[in-house]
Amino acid sequence: MTDPAPQTEAPLLLDIRDLWIEAVGEDGVKPIVKGISLHLRPGEVLGLIGESGAGKSTLGLAAMGYARPGCRITRGSIRFKGQELLGLTETQLTALRGRCIAYVAQSAAAAFNPAHRLIDQITETAIRSSRISRDQAESRARDLLRRMHFNDPDAIGRRYPHQVSGGQLQRLMTAMAMVADPDIIIFDEPTTALDVTTQIGVLASIREVIRDLGKAAIYITHDLALVAQMADRIKVLRYGSEVEEAPTRVMLSDPREDYTRSLWAVRRFRKTNDGALKAEAPVLEIRQMSAGYGNRTVIQDIDLAVGARETLAIVGESGSGKSTTAQVICGLLAPSNGALEFQGAPLSPDRKGRSRQQLRDIQMVFQMPDTALNPRQRVRDIVGRPVELFLGLRGKQKDDRVGDILSMIGMEPGKFIDRFPHELSGGQKQRIAIARALVCEPKLVICDEVTSSLDQLVAEEILMLLDRTRKALGLSYVFVSHDLETVRAIADRVVVMSNGRIVEQGATDSIFASPENEYTRLLLASVPEMNADWLTRRLSEFTEIDVGPNFPPI
Amino acid sequence: MLTILRLILQRLILGAATLAVISLIVFFGIELLPGDPAAAILGKSATAETLAAFRHEMHLDLPAWQRYAIWASDVLHGDFGRSIATGRSIDTLIGGRLANTFFLAAYAALIAVPLALGLGVLAALHRNSVFDRVVNLITLTAISFPEFFVAYILVYLLAVSVNLFPGITSLSPDLPLWDRLFRSTLPALTLTLVVVAHMMRMTRAAIISLMSSPYIEMARLKGIGKVRIVLRHALPNALAPIINVVALNLAYLVVGVVVVEVVFAYPGLGQLLVDAVSTRDVPLVQVCSLIFAATYILLNLTADILSIMSNPRLLHSR
Repeated sequence: MTDPAPQTEAPLLLDIRDLWIEAVGEDGVKPIVKGISLHLRPGEVLGLIGESGAGKSTLGLAAMGYARPGCRITRGSIRFKGQELLGLTETQLTALRGRCIAYVAQSAAAAFNPAHRLIDQITETAIRSSRISRDQAESRARDLLRRMHFNDPDAIGRRYPHQVSGGQLQRLMTAMAMVADPDIIIFDEPTTALDVTTQIGVLASIREVIRDLGKAAIYITHDLALVAQMADRIKVLRYGSEVEEAPTRVMLSDPREDYTRSLWAVRRFRKTNDGALKAEAPVLEIRQMSAGYGNRTVIQDIDLAVGARETLAIVGESGSGKSTTAQVICGLLAPSNGALEFQGAPLSPDRKGRSRQQLRDIQMVFQMPDTALNPRQRVRDIVGRPVELFLGLRGKQKDDRVGDILSMIGMEPGKFIDRFPHELSGGQKQRIAIARALVCEPKLVICDEVTSSLDQLVAEEILMLLDRTRKALGLSYVFVSHDLETVRAIADRVVVMSNGRIVEQGATDSIFASPENEYTRLLLASVPEMNADWLTRRLSEFTEIDVGPNFPPI
Repeated sequence: MLTILRLILQRLILGAATLAVISLIVFFGIELLPGDPAAAILGKSATAETLAAFRHEMHLDLPAWQRYAIWASDVLHGDFGRSIATGRSIDTLIGGRLANTFFLAAYAALIAVPLALGLGVLAALHRNSVFDRVVNLITLTAISFPEFFVAYILVYLLAVSVNLFPGITSLSPDLPLWDRLFRSTLPALTLTLVVVAHMMRMTRAAIISLMSSPYIEMARLKGIGKVRIVLRHALPNALAPIINVVALNLAYLVVGVVVVEVVFAYPGLGQLLVDAVSTRDVPLVQVCSLIFAATYILLNLTADILSIMSNPRLLHSR
């Protein structure tokens, strides 16, 4: 943020010193916040950034004197306007929450109560704690909703949570946090669950309203580019400890610590172009494909081809039909129309009509390795199963094969072959899922959002692994993702989908350099950049970016 | 609303089909019983002629499927027929008894449902406290004993040791409401003890399972107090499973009262059914069974409708 300058002389609003929080888990008590200090002045926005497990959400909640079940604050001090919060009774803390310090949760869809109308939920804190009348609270809420670019606050307030979109809910939750006029608002990954084009409107509304009303805020996120738009100061956390803290611009241009630099460097990975792919015949061709669930058509008239040894990315926002396309290729969903061709021969739309060889040649890696790997099987069996099925190998031969692929993906066979999924980290699980797909040397592997659930550094390693195996095994990838930065790093060609149709496709470099389609341009312009002025600049350039709500018809 | 109307219609049709199947099962089930109703009713002194005349009068000489067809067509015309044993019209036999059974069920429900919901909410609020444990212990103990045992304990405590309530329930049609309630107290209490545990534990469990959901955490972070969180934020979302368990237990209050009615000599439908089965009084058994089945079906339908009404996602489409 460029302005207004934080009031450095003002008294501290929030002062957390040497805070220790521990979690009681299956394997005993372990500290998750280790002696972190932070402070916040009126009107100031502090960004907390770190990977999963860094303790940033725990710290944000602790600022409200709240510890999740199973966690407890063991040591330190949390002062709000000079008052120590540790040691207050639950009743005293309840009086403080919402009214003095408010919270905006990550998933608005889950954080709103499905049983009540939105206006009742938004005004609840104000009515309960500020002792103002329902009418007063509702008129205050209407004012806030107008500030959040809802043109008809009454109509939106009468709705139930399931009747509005995710982006609208996130804005409504910000209004809910503001309604009792708190001094501090904690934003905990408020846009993580949103599409980029929706995110930009929510970011703009949040920033506008905290600036206009002069609120102090703690902005928690794992996304560096986002925090750069929102925060005056950034604090980097890792494993529950502080890595470093600096004003946003200093942090972006001149990080002191290696870990911070490594976070910054993530987005610089680009695959090397090995050229000369175009001449060969495509591995897979889809012509005039339509598919859907029940009566609802999800994808329509899809035409695409995947070249040999090529990484083709399918990008789009939620509901664009990209995952449906992946399912059709794998034979998991029968298309209503169109034809598939694999290595020059027709490919049955139903996986039951496909030959053993075709099944072996087309493999899939799913988004969530946690649910894709059988928790009761060891790595030996998870990766060994396709070896038995497709190659007919047993015993030692099978284990050798599994060992080979584990070595290839950088996991020492002796160490990992007998482990269960729960004995692996998230990135290791995804590696095992990839090993399972690669072990029988397929020709085409579909990767459905394979890096979305991973931290940036781990995601980076997975991308490099995919690129390396593609070259080593001479296979093709279809890489389905909503993350344009990832796509830019890994893909040779890009297919952009919107509302079930392909709106544009072409070589990655040319799509990113000069997109022709208007939607592609909007999509690209919505990806946050590592530049503190990005949001301001984008908002002035793209007047058509929707910061107001689209009401679905009642 | 349209979806609800469609659902009701659909369920009523299905319910009617269910009743038809039940009447078939009951009818032919009784056919399988050994013995002769005419001999059972007329006694040992009956001659072959009187037996034959009785059988003819009651259509007992016709094949079973014909008797079923006659019975079914009569019922469809609103005529439930006559009791074989007493020769009296089934309408008059059942009328007062049915009212008595529903009266007892309603009385027990009025005590049991608020008590169970209240205890469930309190137990959820004070989870794992002494109160929670004691309530769980008592209700589980009550449900673990056979009904007649609970009934006799109550009789011993409240009718024999301390003469508070009558141990035998004698009702006459012209009894004032207050006396009716007074005389039915012990059977109602027995039924309450039998059904409270289920409903209370479901209320507790349904609320507790929601207490870890994100919107409950959000309510805490909004500065909402504990009581309001349970009553306003958790309970409305927990209603669907609670309603279903309440409906099942209400059905049990009507259908499962046989033992309790026998213990207290309560003049209800359950006793009538027991007598009818022992005399193989087919038309009477049929009608009693159909009433019980219809109670189940209607209560479950009500539960489904209330569950839908309690869920805005189903009530208000996008």
